[in-house]
Amino acid sequence: MENGAIIRTTDLTKIYPMGEQSITALKDVSLTFGRGEFAGLVGPSGSGKTTLLNIVGSLDVPSRGSVEVLGHKVETLPHKKAAELRNRHIGFIFQTFNLLPVYTVYENVEFPLLLLGMPAAARRKAVLAALDWVHLADRAKSRPNQLSGGQSQRVAIARAVVKKPELVLADEPTANLDAENSHHILRTMEDINREIKTTFLFSTHDDKVIGHLRRKITLVDGRVAKDEPGAAAKEAR
Amino acid sequence: MIIPKLALRNMLGAGAKTWLNGAVLSMAFVTIIFAQGLYRGFDAEVSKTLIDAEYGGGQYWVEDYDPYDPFTLQDAHAVPAPPLRALIDAGRAAPILIVQGTLYPAGRVLPVAIKGIDPAQRQLSFPTNVLTASGDGIPALIGSRMAKSAGLAVGDTVTVRWRDVRGAFDAKDLEIVQVMTTTAQTIDEGQVWLPLATLREMAAMPGEATIVVLDRDASPVAAAAGWSFQGLDVLLKDIKDIIKGKTIGASVLYAILLFLAALAILNTQLLSIWRRRKEIGTMMAMGVTRGRVIGLFTFEGALNAVFAAVVGAVWGIPLLAYLAVRGLSMGANQGDSFGIAMSDTMYPSYSAGLVAGTTLLVFLITTIVSYLPARKISKLKPTEALQGRRA
Repeated sequence: MENGAIIRTTDLTKIYPMGEQSITALKDVSLTFGRGEFAGLVGPSGSGKTTLLNIVGSLDVPSRGSVEVLGHKVETLPHKKAAELRNRHIGFIFQTFNLLPVYTVYENVEFPLLLLGMPAAARRKAVLAALDWVHLADRAKSRPNQLSGGQSQRVAIARAVVKKPELVLADEPTANLDAENSHHILRTMEDINREIKTTFLFSTHDDKVIGHLRRKITLVDGRVAKDEPGAAAKEAR
Repeated sequence: MIIPKLALRNMLGAGAKTWLNGAVLSMAFVTIIFAQGLYRGFDAEVSKTLIDAEYGGGQYWVEDYDPYDPFTLQDAHAVPAPPLRALIDAGRAAPILIVQGTLYPAGRVLPVAIKGIDPAQRQLSFPTNVLTASGDGIPALIGSRMAKSAGLAVGDTVTVRWRDVRGAFDAKDLEIVQVMTTTAQTIDEGQVWLPLATLREMAAMPGEATIVVLDRDASPVAAAAGWSFQGLDVLLKDIKDIIKGKTIGASVLYAILLFLAALAILNTQLLSIWRRRKEIGTMMAMGVTRGRVIGLFTFEGALNAVFAAVVGAVWGIPLLAYLAVRGLSMGANQGDSFGIAMSDTMYPSYSAGLVAGTTLLVFLITTIVSYLPARKISKLKPTEALQGRRA
């Protein structure tokens, strides 16, 4: 893809059949995201933010149109290849943290590296580095149920970035957090974005997140209503 | 190697659920091994009793002898063929003469098989040596069941009537010199044991016998005209068939037991998958393929079986070993109600094949019931799994 673009959607449409009717979640969405962006999809509930994030993350496929992520066409990607793409190049952060409950903090962060087949020594180094980024090295042995919401989301961030992916998709990452924790994890993600040039794509309607975005795409009823520089970009100017 | 590692982590991390699964499955393991061992022990015990008390190393039957038809006894007697005589003379076989007769204890009439045996024989393990005792009447040995049904005790005298080889009836008094206790009803009920020489004289059948019991280590002779060899496989066939029938009956119990254990595992796996849909979705988002999801859950189930085998070994081995040594009391004369030579205490017997076979069976069933729900969940789209939807 030209100009360092790592995501390109072309006339992306997603329709969910609901019995005899259908719901159009996305309609003719054409967007391009470059490497190292810190961008967000904003809009009210049901505007198609999560659907777009899922398709970009190869967790779902478009009904029409095309989506290209890191050179892979999502709509034609076999299950195994899609899993490999997610495993090697994409990190996910969820609203409800989605930590694996029977694993410790360390094991949760280590999980993507195990899937990659990374040697034990390199794995350990990478996990400890990721936990350092999110300031949770001292909680490595804790289980998810022993963590606060903010700590859980920081573990989820560490897990998403531990393999240094090209792309991190964060779906409402601050929805379950208070203001202080929200700012803390957003600053963490900004640091990581700056440090390892990972592209962050958010889905949010949280003003706290919106305030940190360098690019803001507003979705309304599945269409791109506005694509503009975010507050952080405006401040930087 | 990632799947075993993750499965082990999941299993260890599941805590109480893992222990519960292990406990339920280990009960199935130990119960099946114990019950099978009991039947094996039962088989060994009954076979040994019958070999010791009745069959020895096999029997030669005179032509026309049918143990299930008392009318054949009139003609079923002959002088043992020369090769059998050689064995008898060498002390490696015991001839037994059987004559149909009637006992008259306290005015009652009891049809009996009068059996003559050499008091010095060494082939069968019951106290024939008491038949040398001298007294007023002919020394007679009976079993406790016979004593009970005839109302006889040691020292009692009882009249016996029989028909000799010429068809003439005669009667004499017998003196009960011993009442033996044996688990083999087949040498007890409806039988009176006399010295062989005395019975031959009474029946006018000198040198004759109905059956010849071989030593346990004696080989059958090449040819014994007029006599047919009955090996242990033939003699023990009925009892083996009974035990086989009981084992098949018990298999239904094992099947139910395994079914319940499998149901418990299936239920746990379904519940586990139901509760872990979001977790599975998260794993898929991180790049776990469908095949790996199936592998993970199937391996977890298989690990549960391995864990159950370990748990079963911890509490089952001491228990099974204790029962094998101490035996299991069946209650007095329970064998009589079964109609077989069963002792009052049964000693289970276990083999490596039994343990390995049971372990493999439980392992396979557990793996299969783990695979089925895993296959179903793997068909879920990652987005549906993340939302916690049903498979």
